[in-house]
Amino acid sequence: MITKRIIACLDVHDGRVVKGVQFVDLIDAGDPATQAARHAREGADEIVLLDITATHEGRQTLLDTVRRTARELFVPFCVGGGIRSAKDAAQVFEAGADKVSVNSAALAHPTLIDAIGRSFGAQAVVVAIDARRDPEAADPVRDAQVFVQGGRKPAGRRVVEWAREAEARGAGEILLTSMNCDGTRTGFDCELTAAVSESVSIPVIASGGAGTVGHFVDVFGRGKADAALAASIFHFGVSSARSLKEELAKAGVSVRLPC
Amino acid sequence: MRVTVIDYKAGNLTSVLKALRHLGAEAVVTDGDLAPIEAAERLVLPGVGHFAATERLESTGLTPAIRAAIARGVPFLGICVGMQWLYAGSSEAPAQPGLAHFAESCARFSESSEKVPHVGWNSLEIRPNSRLLAGVEPGEYVYFTHSYKAPVTADTAATTFYIEPFAAAVERANVMGVQFHPEKSGATGLKILRNFLSWQAKGTE
Repeated sequence: MITKRIIACLDVHDGRVVKGVQFVDLIDAGDPATQAARHAREGADEIVLLDITATHEGRQTLLDTVRRTARELFVPFCVGGGIRSAKDAAQVFEAGADKVSVNSAALAHPTLIDAIGRSFGAQAVVVAIDARRDPEAADPVRDAQVFVQGGRKPAGRRVVEWAREAEARGAGEILLTSMNCDGTRTGFDCELTAAVSESVSIPVIASGGAGTVGHFVDVFGRGKADAALAASIFHFGVSSARSLKEELAKAGVSVRLPC
Repeated sequence: MRVTVIDYKAGNLTSVLKALRHLGAEAVVTDGDLAPIEAAERLVLPGVGHFAATERLESTGLTPAIRAAIARGVPFLGICVGMQWLYAGSSEAPAQPGLAHFAESCARFSESSEKVPHVGWNSLEIRPNSRLLAGVEPGEYVYFTHSYKAPVTADTAATTFYIEPFAAAVERANVMGVQFHPEKSGATGLKILRNFLSWQAKGTE
């Protein structure tokens, strides 16, 4: 039986893992290679490394980090942040990533999705969408907007429509982050996740808001997510993927155990 | 031990090479050069993406060299599209023939309410006497990402269920294939690659 994936996410800044609330107030949370290895050992089904440095000098640091992190990692490994061309993607794959995640650059130049997919296969392209709902909107779910530049600027696209276009262009997965929920530990945006998941046939990874086991049960059930990203609850030894999955199994969610 | 990995520009080889080298293999890559295949001790054909990419195996003349190596008894492992290529073909690219080492053809998952592609960790039901999967317990999980699959036949070494049962692994003598990605399947995947690297023809073990 196919299982729901628990994906450990490492936000990386200048070669260090960091954690912030709604993309600000960053706290140091360790070395990426060490953290990735620990998460894999503790049962994470996949590792995502998102580079939030976004400076030119940071590119080489990122490739070194990816190379070091990938060396002993034998679960799927996705890398995002600052990938603006098929050439950038090729370097990240060469360094050991299995998938790349594209966000702002894909919105600016949607053919980037087609280009990476053609060279490396759809399974290697994750389109990350930073979504924000306006509670005042007529339909807050259908009208949820895509944001770029770390959530600072509206892209002028509706989330569900952009997810559909990404799939049509050859994206293999959607990584949907709720800007409203991110870092709050108050739960995922299940309504928005379900709306996206029902609109595409590729897997949807839910992100933003994880704080308790119940939040994961909700997003896999009501939210129709295929996978869920967890960052803050894994840092500082709060929990492990294995203990999370053992709790999920008790709640009737199909997960990879033992792991 | 030495293993030759065939590069036909279908995706990225880094992960496969890394896993083989982690297990102590001397992994070399060939892309269109026949000599390394003629001299190969073991062959791995990886592959992600579209079945049409296997056209390059024909245009570069690799297909007859691989066929000859298999006939010589060289252990062969196809991964993902590399496994599907062992069959007669795939409805993903009907004009493109496979090796036809296995007579059946690959097809897309049947229409259902489930998502296609099949992406994620799913469990293996292992048939008895598989040497490739020796030591893998029933129900162990491996990582899949694919929309097309091979049918369950007498040569199937393991089945997985998603929408319908399909061949997760195929094995007949020295010719083996896995639909999943052993290089991305944690300890279970490494165990399977180790079995492949230590595979010897019966009587020479």
